[in-house]
Amino acid sequence: MTLNGINPTVKIENPLGTAKKLHKMITKMNCQHCNKSRATVHITDTVPERKERHLCEDCAEKEGVIIKPNQHTTNEILQQFIKQKIGLGLTENVVCPQCGLSFQEFQVKGQLGCPHDYEVFKAQLMPLIERAHEGGTKHVGKKPGGGTPPQNLHTGLLKLRRELQDAIQQENYELAARVRDQIRNLEQQ
Amino acid sequence: MIEKLVKTTGEWLKGEGPSSDVVVSSRIRLARNLAEQPFLLTASAGDRAEIYRSLAGETSNDVVIPDAMVVDIDEADEIDRNLLVERHLISRQHAAGEGPRGVTISPDETQAIMINEEDHLRIQSLRSGLQLELLWHEVNEIDEALANRVPFAFDEQLGYLTACPTNVGTGIRVSVMLHLPALRLTKEIERVARAARDLRLAVRGSYGEGTEAVGDLYQISNQTTLGKSEESIIETFSRTIIPKIVEYERAARETLMKQHSSQLDDKIWRSYGLLTNARMISSGETQSLLSPIRMGIHLDRFHAFDIRTLNEIFLYTQPAHLQKRLGKKLDDDERAAARADYLRERLASKPK
Ligand SMILES: [Zn+2]
Ligand SMILES: [Zn+2]
Repeated sequence: MTLNGINPTVKIENPLGTAKKLHKMITKMNCQHCNKSRATVHITDTVPERKERHLCEDCAEKEGVIIKPNQHTTNEILQQFIKQKIGLGLTENVVCPQCGLSFQEFQVKGQLGCPHDYEVFKAQLMPLIERAHEGGTKHVGKKPGGGTPPQNLHTGLLKLRRELQDAIQQENYELAARVRDQIRNLEQQ
Repeated sequence: MIEKLVKTTGEWLKGEGPSSDVVVSSRIRLARNLAEQPFLLTASAGDRAEIYRSLAGETSNDVVIPDAMVVDIDEADEIDRNLLVERHLISRQHAAGEGPRGVTISPDETQAIMINEEDHLRIQSLRSGLQLELLWHEVNEIDEALANRVPFAFDEQLGYLTACPTNVGTGIRVSVMLHLPALRLTKEIERVARAARDLRLAVRGSYGEGTEAVGDLYQISNQTTLGKSEESIIETFSRTIIPKIVEYERAARETLMKQHSSQLDDKIWRSYGLLTNARMISSGETQSLLSPIRMGIHLDRFHAFDIRTLNEIFLYTQPAHLQKRLGKKLDDDERAAARADYLRERLASKPK
């Protein structure tokens, strides 16, 4: 898990003396961790006990105290995207001949009308899809019926045997038992 | 039918499985739609009824889910719908939805298929602890069995086509429910939440979108479904993200025990005191009080009851379960009193 970037907010909590005095005091303080750099990040823990910590930015980052500002969630991105498009009136109002849904209706509802819409609205949808999926535009993964058809029986068994070994190694015996049963079923075919 | 459910607690509340001291449960859900059929937004009443009728039959076929139980959500009353939400068998949206819709449930409740939620099908597998590989096996088997019976909307470039473009591709949603009381007490929780969001994961409360993290329960799930295989998404969860968070939480618990053991025990036992003496108590307060006790059991500091009992209490003190048990609708105050009575009775009868 990476925790990069810096949140410059410095929070000072001071229920005792005057804020100014305390601020002066701590701005001259060295980092309690490395004792080299100037402490610029001041944290007051209140739980489980009251404790102040004064760190430089490097040490604060290492401690995970400061982190990159929040990224947007998919839904926020979607909403933002839709609003922008509506606001700028950038889209022609294409209508799906199969289900009758217009692209504008999709923009309002956030849902498509039928599988054909992906084709009908392709030009408008692809930038949104790309953004919502971190640049993903091509499906990677399983396909309907792409399990273990007869001609794949051999490779299917190989895969399962490997999974069985992995499961045993991870001491996941419940999984191991299931995989073992699957192998037996396949072998009997 | 629902009556049968009320008597059991479901596999995910067993409190077992790998890393179950931190990982309460894990779930994998797949979104699937029928080819050449309208999505629910434009489906007519007749279309919906036909889709529901046909999928209720297919999903409960013995080769899909043996001995399945089908619940018609449109016909179920409000308490029964909410009961299914509390058991994580349907979403809040499904309970509150309209028109022909339902859910097919396996006898042990580890598998459930929602019909006519946002997509025609939402196939889920749910178990206690961190067991994503097993869940993927199970959910994949159901998916394969269904794909042999009904044609799915699928595109070579975009994968499985879903009503909302944010689910297109694999249509997979991997969610792990974590109990993180020590990270909250040591004020590290926001840091974990932000790190998770940096990785484009959603962090939510225990009942999904828009719910709060009551009782220190957090649900972490993937948000992107296109361009990554199911296996790689699952592997990132089970080998990197979740073990890391589990490690953080365990370290925080260790710190609490070493440096603040009296405060920790005080918190645990005060919670127990409230639970066993209150005369009126809300569901939210109950869950908040159960949180330090759950941690106390796993840290071997609390022995008045075990994790199975705790999970049972957790489930049966929720509004729909409480009302179902008493067989009637209750208002807020009546529920608070009934909940407190249940807690005193349930916990008093257990030997110390
Ligand atoms: Zn430093
Ligand atoms: Zn359409």
